[in-house]
Order: sequence, then structure tokens, then C-alpha cells
Amino acid sequence: MSYEGLTGETVGFRGHQGDLGEAYYARPMHAGKCPGVVVIHHLPGWDEWIIEVVRKFAHHGYAAISPHLYFRSGPGSPDDIGARVRAAGGVPDEQVVGDVKGAMAFLRGESNSNGKVGLIGFCSGGRHAYLCACRIPNVDAVVDCWGGNVVVDDKSQLNDKRPVAPIGLTDQLRCPLLGLFGNDDENPNVDQVNRTEAELKRLGKNYEFHRYDNAGHAFFNVMRVAYRPEQAADGWKKVFAFYQKHLAA
Amino acid sequence: MCSYIVEKAHVSGSAKGPSGWMRIDTANVYFDHPYHAPLDHALGIDFVCEADGARERVAVELSAASARELVTKIMVALASGEAAHRAA
Repeated sequence: MSYEGLTGETVGFRGHQGDLGEAYYARPMHAGKCPGVVVIHHLPGWDEWIIEVVRKFAHHGYAAISPHLYFRSGPGSPDDIGARVRAAGGVPDEQVVGDVKGAMAFLRGESNSNGKVGLIGFCSGGRHAYLCACRIPNVDAVVDCWGGNVVVDDKSQLNDKRPVAPIGLTDQLRCPLLGLFGNDDENPNVDQVNRTEAELKRLGKNYEFHRYDNAGHAFFNVMRVAYRPEQAADGWKKVFAFYQKHLAA
Repeated sequence: MCSYIVEKAHVSGSAKGPSGWMRIDTANVYFDHPYHAPLDHALGIDFVCEADGARERVAVELSAASARELVTKIMVALASGEAAHRAA
């Protein structure tokens, strides 16, 4: 067995408009180059599970970073900061795009970088991942895990912070997309996932979708009752195979 | 899916938070993924004082059934308590 080790720590990064924020960064300890992954958290905040996901990527040979998208509303514990952001109606899409760009630049600026960077997001972070892959030109691969509101049927949900439904930006998607969804999910529901796939197909995009029976929202999350071990194990295999194909040097 | 929908109730009173008792003027109420409770979705209430910047909160995450039970019991307690005080 080869030597295994990783380092994980809180780091500073430059986000939207150069703002200095915090992020959790983990990378393998070996001396070689590795691909990068930006891990985008869900609406409740920058929680323990998302930090575990970052470490999981490092364990699998990736340099991974999860920017705390709510750092501007601190200081405080991530859950209290998340509550403040929720009460304020969430964070603006434009700011998230800037923060993810900054996290990507952080990874590419590290000496261990092979130059490739992928995105992955969960729940509202899945929507953010889809949005960012359409808005940022140098994303190499993106994984959308059950991102809701990629399709927006209720137009009253669009506002100054979230002015467009990401599906409307699909023509700008330049990288391969992996989508993972639970068939019992209510947002995105099966019809919305089908409509997203239809749009990707219509525009000739490089994508693969996998849908899981007996799984709803957040079925990867071991800290939630929604966790579905068999579906999650298969889903993670899909994620790593996808990144191996598109992010390896 | 994470929901951005928050109902704001204007309230008047106090809550005991991380730094002791504090005045509160707002209850932010939502139904979404909880941070701590082992539930898919929870009814969350964050009691804060917006007039003081809402930097601290008193938070609860309740199952939908228990949130409805709480609503019922609040109404019962108010009715019986107000009746008792009127009779005194």
C-alpha cells in the first residue's frame, strides 16, 4: 500500500471583488501534482459534513477547497451565520460566482496543482455549481448533486439576488456535467430533472445524469436521515470516475 | 431543496441566548433542512433582536408534527392563562 496522508486546514482566499474570506482546504501529502475541486455548501451553511467532503476528496488524491460563502456575515459559528444569511434572503448569485472564481484561483495557484479544477455542489450548492459552470469559462468539470431551482417554475422566486434560472444559461456551459438525483426528491422533482436533461441534449452538451430510486434529497449526507448508503456509494463511484476522466492531467 | 422562504414575525419580549437574557423583536420562521435535528426538514425559529443587529439568536428546530403541537399548545395556554387571570 502506498503512503497515505492528507492535510486539512482553514485558509484565507480572495473572493468576489477581492474580499478576504475563509475556506477549508485539504490536499494529499504526496509530492505529485493533483487536480482541484471546489466544494460548494448548501443553504444551511458551511457545516461539518461539507468539511468531511473536502477531506474525502483529499483522501482520493484531489486538492479540495470549500469556500465559506457566508463569511461576510460573520463572525460567529457557521450555523448562526447561516441563520443570518437565510433571514437576509440568501447570498447573491453574482457574489457566489466571484467567490467560486476566487476558490478556483486559489487551487490553481498552489504548487501541487495540475491545472485542472472541477466544481461540485449539493442542494442549493448544486444549483450554484450549475450556475458557476455556465458563468465561469475555465471550469474543467462540474457535478450537480440534486441542485434545486435550476429550473424555476414559480417566477416569483426570481429576484435581485437570483435574477435568472440557471437552466437559461445552459448554452454557456463549456465543460462536462455530471448530475446525480434522487427520484423521490421534490426539488428538483423528476419532471424538472427531465427538463434539464432535455435542454442539455438539445444544446449538444457533454453530460451524464444518474437517477436513484428510493432516494430523495441529500442522500449522500451521512448526518441526515435522508442518507441512503447504497445509492450514495454508487454515486460517489460515479463522481470519482467522472473526475478521473476529466481532471486527471 | 434548500428554501429561501422565511416568514418574519414581529414579536415583543425576551429570550435567553448565548450571552444571557436579551430583548427580542423578531422571530424568523422557516421550514427547511435543519442544521442539527435528525430530520429531512424542520420548522426552524430564530428569535433575534434586529434593532440590535441580530448578532445573537435563540434557535429551535422542530419536526412538522411537533411544531403544529406547539402552535396548538400556545393557543391553549394563552386562552386558559388569560381566562385565569381575568377571574383572579
